[in-house]
Amino acid sequence: MAQVTFTRHLLRFFPSLPETEEVAGATVRELLDALDRRYPGFSGYIVDELGRLRRHVNVFVREEPIYDRETLADKVAPGDKVHIMQALSGG
Amino acid sequence: MSDLVLLATKKGTLIFDRKNGRWSSRPIAHPGMAVSYAAADPRDGTMWACMDNAHWGPALMRSRDAGTTWEDASRISYPKGARYIEQLIPDPKVMEEAGKPVTYKPAALMKVWVLGFAGKDQPGVIHAGTLPGGLFTTRDGGESWELNRPLWNHDSRGGDLFAGEATSKNEWGGTPAAMAYGDFVPGIHSVAVDPRDSNHLYIAVSSAGVVETRDGGKTWAGCNRGMLNDYLPSPEAAWGHDPHFVTLCPGQPERLWQQNHCGVFTSEDGAGRWKRVSQPDASVHFGFPIAADAKDGNTAWVVPLRSDQERMSISGGLFVARTQDGGASWQSFREGLPQEHCYDVIYRHALDASGDRVCFGTTTGNAYLSEDRGETWRCLGNNLPPIHSVRFA
Repeated sequence: MAQVTFTRHLLRFFPSLPETEEVAGATVRELLDALDRRYPGFSGYIVDELGRLRRHVNVFVREEPIYDRETLADKVAPGDKVHIMQALSGG
Repeated sequence: MSDLVLLATKKGTLIFDRKNGRWSSRPIAHPGMAVSYAAADPRDGTMWACMDNAHWGPALMRSRDAGTTWEDASRISYPKGARYIEQLIPDPKVMEEAGKPVTYKPAALMKVWVLGFAGKDQPGVIHAGTLPGGLFTTRDGGESWELNRPLWNHDSRGGDLFAGEATSKNEWGGTPAAMAYGDFVPGIHSVAVDPRDSNHLYIAVSSAGVVETRDGGKTWAGCNRGMLNDYLPSPEAAWGHDPHFVTLCPGQPERLWQQNHCGVFTSEDGAGRWKRVSQPDASVHFGFPIAADAKDGNTAWVVPLRSDQERMSISGGLFVARTQDGGASWQSFREGLPQEHCYDVIYRHALDASGDRVCFGTTTGNAYLSEDRGETWRCLGNNLPPIHSVRFA
């Protein structure tokens, strides 16, 4: 199980989202699929319909930004800390 | 005549109500979130907001209780295999695309730019014009959306790219409005449904022109005869036009109006032929929005700007121009509008008319409303967020 921490901004769309959640999956994509089953529609906020990470969203594994923003194939090991963050951008 | 107007802004959806002769705003809906377009379905009053959230992506929200509460509607998604021909972002250092091999990109939704509601003969049918140039239709009030493939696969876009390589030349240019989304792609910004038959509709594309279907979207044909452009070697080219907004007169649907990059155009025969009716001497030429009267095909309103080069109000003052004779002449109205130090730009969806009422909003957060067909104006607000669309309910 990975420990996934969410930006608080996502609470607006998913009010029951905890600060941190245990999620099973071997890649970031698998974590996201699991989260989408738990919170229907969740992945649409994080990736587009091609599965690419949205431009202004960041995902970190072990505090490092993921490498594969196209398919989210970055590996996740049990106990890893994963952060889903809103990128520093806006206007 | 509507007592309610929706403003889609960079910071949420504003609803102004008219009560006892006074207009006032409700607390902003979707605070802090960009909304590209907001409108109410005239058939059942459902309000729609096209979210343009920079972080979490484009999405649709709707309200079935007149704006009291909002819910997520289904996201619009391009189907697997949808591709478009890549176009270079205009760059003065790269002067020539000719000879460049055709390359493709997979399509993903960048923005819902406009919604078009079918008539009562097609309950639940709504069309959505998007970047990168796909038209989506729901037949169940927004539970599911489907890409219109005949238009997406049209010869003017290179043919059926689901099936393989392009079989024709792409005639659809990119729109600068897409640049903020990181690509140079076309966008559908206008959907005009014939009130006599919802299978007959027009869409307008930046930058290609007007396209029409008479069979509910099974077949499409460009209808740009008479259009003129000032930026291509052939001013009467079949494609390559830059409509900014296209609308029709519901009471006389053969009458269409078009504010184009190259002037104001109108058609009296259902887009069979367009005629330029702008009058640069009267400062009616460049601009983005246009509104048609609901009953009188000869009446339309525009909010002109100063040239495509400068894109700001003319001589520092705002005015609205109205024609009542099909574009043969234009009257300008300034009373109640600022006349100095004014740099407002009015986006393509940010002007609307409902009976005697006309309203527009600006990129500098000003909204103005007239209750006498555009002749005198009052301010609805001066410190609003940048306004993307204005639509009466």
